[in-house]
Amino acid sequence: MTDEPLLRVSALSKFYGSRVGCETVSFDLWPGEVLAVVGESGSGKTTLLNCLSTRLLPSSGTASYRMRDGQWRELYRMSEAERRFLMRTDWGFVHQNPADGLRMTVSAGANVGERLMAVGDRHYGKIRATAVDWLSRVEIDEDRIDDEPRAFSGGMRQRLQIARNLVTGPRLVFMDEPTGGLDVSVQARLLDLLRGLVTDLGLAAIVVTHDLAVARLLSQRMMVMKDGHVVESGLTDRVLDDPRAPYTQLLVSSILQV
Amino acid sequence: MPTPLVVSDVAKSFTMHLRDGIRLPVVAGVSFSIRAGECAVLGGPSGAGKSSILKMLYGNYAADEGQIIVQHEDGLIDLASASPRTVLAVRRQTIGYVSQFLRTVPRVSALDVVAEPLVERGEEREAARDKARTLLTHLNLPEKLWTLPPATFSGGEQQRVNIARGFITEHPILLLDEPTASLDARNRDVVVELIAAKKAAGVALLGIFHDQDVREAVADRVIDVTAFAAGRIAA
Amino acid sequence: MTDIATYNFAYLDEQTKRMIRRAILKGIAIPGYQVPFASREMPMPYGWGTGGVQVTASIIGPDDVLKVIDQGADDTTNAVSIRAFFKKVANVAVTTDTASATIIQTRHRIPEHPLNAGQILVYQVPIPEPLRFLEPRETETRKMHALEEYGLMHVKLYEDIARHGRIATTYAYPVKVEGRYVMDPSPTPKFDNPKMHRSPALQLFGAGREKRIYAVPPFTDVVSLDFEDHPFEVQTFDQPCALCAAENVYLDEVILDDRGGHMFVCSDTDHCEKRREEGHRGHLAPDAQLALERTEPAE
Repeated sequence: MTDEPLLRVSALSKFYGSRVGCETVSFDLWPGEVLAVVGESGSGKTTLLNCLSTRLLPSSGTASYRMRDGQWRELYRMSEAERRFLMRTDWGFVHQNPADGLRMTVSAGANVGERLMAVGDRHYGKIRATAVDWLSRVEIDEDRIDDEPRAFSGGMRQRLQIARNLVTGPRLVFMDEPTGGLDVSVQARLLDLLRGLVTDLGLAAIVVTHDLAVARLLSQRMMVMKDGHVVESGLTDRVLDDPRAPYTQLLVSSILQV
Repeated sequence: MPTPLVVSDVAKSFTMHLRDGIRLPVVAGVSFSIRAGECAVLGGPSGAGKSSILKMLYGNYAADEGQIIVQHEDGLIDLASASPRTVLAVRRQTIGYVSQFLRTVPRVSALDVVAEPLVERGEEREAARDKARTLLTHLNLPEKLWTLPPATFSGGEQQRVNIARGFITEHPILLLDEPTASLDARNRDVVVELIAAKKAAGVALLGIFHDQDVREAVADRVIDVTAFAAGRIAA
Repeated sequence: MTDIATYNFAYLDEQTKRMIRRAILKGIAIPGYQVPFASREMPMPYGWGTGGVQVTASIIGPDDVLKVIDQGADDTTNAVSIRAFFKKVANVAVTTDTASATIIQTRHRIPEHPLNAGQILVYQVPIPEPLRFLEPRETETRKMHALEEYGLMHVKLYEDIARHGRIATTYAYPVKVEGRYVMDPSPTPKFDNPKMHRSPALQLFGAGREKRIYAVPPFTDVVSLDFEDHPFEVQTFDQPCALCAAENVYLDEVILDDRGGHMFVCSDTDHCEKRREEGHRGHLAPDAQLALERTEPAE
């Protein structure tokens, strides 16, 4: 086991004109580690996620990623071709709205198989077998493989999106409110599934959520953001059980107890 | 006897920002050490800060000052200033914790809840489940419950799952936060036995036991937390 | 200059032709790459071959011999009018004979008669972008071409197999040109795809409405996409042409009456006529009995 981080983020800032998206965010992420980024809407957590996943270029700061060959690469200096290759092989991105991450007009099997075909798999039978395997891992019946995601429920779509992302064995997955917009019982199932996959596959993940319960269940570490700044960070249970920053205390005390 | 846990001059207070920044001191000058093979018990009335001390030793609460030195792998680590990643490694390998309440995870069976810490330490899942079965049998948890998620269990049943989860590993340090609170006499005796076995295996134990009988049965010494009361000085 | 006094030679003005030639040259230099060009209004509606007509107009010279086919036929409206158009605006010789044509403008077929070096085949293209059906954003498809991200093309073929048990795409079957660009061969039947591979003729593609020109230079690799376990196959027909008995050619179904009567005949009318001139007869040829009587003793 290597004792090097997977991702090093240093003083990352993104400004929209004079408005702050996120400012001087720094952290390291290790392999197999799940980092939750919490905060309310407009706190800059999604801006941060988009910068980290190179969907958005930051105004300043650096982020370096340790490639599969062990080489460190600066994300914002990579060519677009390299970044896009990274995004469909070693990374995953799970959108809050599955329609943003799926091809809604092609079958579930093709949705899962697309990344494989993109990296050069040319054996239909093998691609399909892999798709079947992944559908079962995300608890979608094999007989739905030729259905379009349009015919799926919200929870199923989200699970399909996860399978589509994980099929190439990425080492880092970005998730934007992965359980947002789902019923509570569907959420629980998805969370449990995600938790299992993350543990079994040793995935590193950065999960943006406003739901502290999601953060507690999925992550080991968390960062609390407000107005574009990280106001508190640390072990997830430490931050939630012994919140120190005024804003974190407000967040934690705002949770409805059931 | 080695001393895997040394606490020196630790202080803890809460600042309540939502209540005009009022500062609630909890403990100060906390200093003690635990030797391998002994079971020390934190004593004092409720509200004295026993639970807070235990939580700081597990990294669950942050210490304001002082040091918590832990023998971790081949070196010494100050848990009070360690990075989250180090704290996680210490929890995985060195310090076990049995909390008062089980934090349940949806859809994970009782058996896997118990086996999980072993799997995290790299044990084969089936071997870990075997050990979990042995412990749950020992703690008299009905076998028909093993495959169910513990969310719907009674308090006593959840507590036994929690104890099994805490005792299944061979952590050299074990923290116990009222593990017997909701148990009947028979199961309390089982826990006392388990603690004795841990002591014999050279584990350093630190616990909170409100139950007088259990405390007397397991404690080698009592650390009086009122000695660390911070209230009068700090406020 | 007498007959064509009211038009510039070949209808387009010289500046426009130069612009289109530059696009064609660029297309030839980057086989399979779609070159944008400033498509002009032509005296015919979009969908009638405005792209092909502009390409032909830009390359045609007074000595050229032009053949125009529509789905293989020389005598359908589209073919007849385009042929008449060039006869009028360029005063060039026209033919239906594949071998003697120097330029062949085509809609949806490649002639059965093998093409030779020096011939130019001009395709009329409705939708030049092979990725379009799965990716509607032009910015994205351009990027995908630039970065050679062609996984999506196989997604389409995967869907075919998943739905039909085989690759059911029969026309506009995607090809990879010279190992680089994925290209839509225009809506020709996939039967014709192998003819594009290392063809001695120059192949030019014009899409008027979409304003794109692309090209396959002579002797260029053109490989149809497929899966290892579902290799590319052309259509096969279980009977020969009903008129000329040709086998291994592309056949069209012709409805004979309103009671289900039909026959399969060569889609390439020139090829069919030539064969009949040579004495070949299919079982539904008007003088089939005669032909049978004539050929049977010889067998």
